[in-house]
Amino acid sequence: MEWLANFWATYSTLVYSVGVFALMALSIWLTLACGLLSLANAAFMCIGAYVSALLSLHAGWPFGATLAAAGAAPALVALVIGMPTLRLSGVYLAMATLAFGEVVRIVVLNLEVTGGPEGLNGIPQSTTGWHILAILAVVVYGLLRLQRSRVGRAFEAIREDEVAASLMGINVARHKLFAFVLGAVIAGLAGGLNAHYTFFISPREYGFENAVDILTMVVLGGIGGLAGPMLGAAIITLLPELLRSLHEFRGIVNGLILVLVVLFLPKGIWDPRRLRALFGLGPGRDPGC
Amino acid sequence: MLTISGLGKHFGGLAVLEDVSFEVPAGGIFGLIGPNGAGKTTVFNLVTGLLKPTTGTVSFEGRSLAGLQPHQITRLGIARTFQNIRIFKEMTLLQNVMVGLHGALGYGPLALLLNQGSFRRAEAEARERALELLSWVKLQDRASMLADNLSYGDQRKLEFARALATGPRLLLLDEPVAGMNPAEKDALMEEIRNIAGRGFGVFLIEHDMRFVMGLCERIAVLNFGRVIAEGSPEEVRNDPGVIEAYLGREDGGAP
Repeated sequence: MEWLANFWATYSTLVYSVGVFALMALSIWLTLACGLLSLANAAFMCIGAYVSALLSLHAGWPFGATLAAAGAAPALVALVIGMPTLRLSGVYLAMATLAFGEVVRIVVLNLEVTGGPEGLNGIPQSTTGWHILAILAVVVYGLLRLQRSRVGRAFEAIREDEVAASLMGINVARHKLFAFVLGAVIAGLAGGLNAHYTFFISPREYGFENAVDILTMVVLGGIGGLAGPMLGAAIITLLPELLRSLHEFRGIVNGLILVLVVLFLPKGIWDPRRLRALFGLGPGRDPGC
Repeated sequence: MLTISGLGKHFGGLAVLEDVSFEVPAGGIFGLIGPNGAGKTTVFNLVTGLLKPTTGTVSFEGRSLAGLQPHQITRLGIARTFQNIRIFKEMTLLQNVMVGLHGALGYGPLALLLNQGSFRRAEAEARERALELLSWVKLQDRASMLADNLSYGDQRKLEFARALATGPRLLLLDEPVAGMNPAEKDALMEEIRNIAGRGFGVFLIEHDMRFVMGLCERIAVLNFGRVIAEGSPEEVRNDPGVIEAYLGREDGGAP
């Protein structure tokens, strides 16, 4: 039992990170499921983290209330920036959301209340593993329900062919905005949880690299279902730790693994259709196709 | 049923449609024919709201469609298929048709989240309805197959079923037999007659003359963006302007 206590003392933060990044991966998965390549989710996480941390530090709000604010604040921002930018598609949307992410980072870097480049220190460590697990469970349940409803089908239809979807009576603009805002809520919650166990946050943690990391998690895990993004988040979070013994070659091996997966498993590691076909269960690929 | 009056569409300086007017009567099969590039698909794009007209109006059952979004026009009761088939390839046949039932599923977010009875009932009914529509085009046995694996002709039929799922009173078919062999064409002609026989209005674009003449009760002919003739297949077939558009003009001096 002692080694378990030791293990937990050393690695609890890492386990928390897996949970938080699983939430982040799910948030970006939601927009991808609707055919939107958005890189704004790291910025939404940033907004959630700072709003909740500031409310804890200066307003003395209870943890639950700060988490609610961490979800609500980025949702409002997403609503405002989503209406004009979601008219863009593909790489143009990626550029616009990337720019938005940079704007958020620079604003946080230059404001006084956010502590500028030094970030915020001494945030109460209120997050426990149960909090993360509970929120992750609620999010997964909600997304599963969504996936099996007309909303999930509409997302999929929009991803495949926007014009055809609109002619099926689907309000494309509204569905896209919904996916974008809900993604922002999930990212904001992840930010709020993250701020309350790391003790310290700074703008560095929510920049461009972070946005790309989160996207990589989903691409690696696969967008075919909810398990893919979570698996990807676990791998991307744990891989640098597992490769720690490689020292300076760590980044290279990390990148190599990603390239190999993308080359040989273009639909990600978790691809339900391929797995079903592999084990001969249910409708997989047609023989000979 | 569908009234098109003075419809014009300009792309920059290029007039694709000019003062197009005709009326698609309720029930039966109406055809719009014309040589390639005459502007037929543009008419469909204007009716379904994918393009905004430069001049003129479209009204459906007495209601103007000006300023409506495509999804709103669909919900008023107009559905369409595409010349280059646009089914959802990564979805099953059943899911494809259920997307068309989107507007008919009225459950709220709470029922959805809590998996309430009203949600399950509505989804089960939609599944039943989708299977019924698939059986209309004889695809019900392959409901759980991926749409991508269907043959070309069957993809076209799936597109019919999906369009019918939106509950239209008027169905627009854009060159339904493009790229098909004679046997497939005959089968599809039968399918379209069946659909019209169930009380749906059908408005189709085609340039296969044999197909149109055998199927349509009324025909309008479009050439260079203008309606040059309208009437029964018999009238249209003998119209000198139509013959000229399709076959060219006879030169004055015989060789």
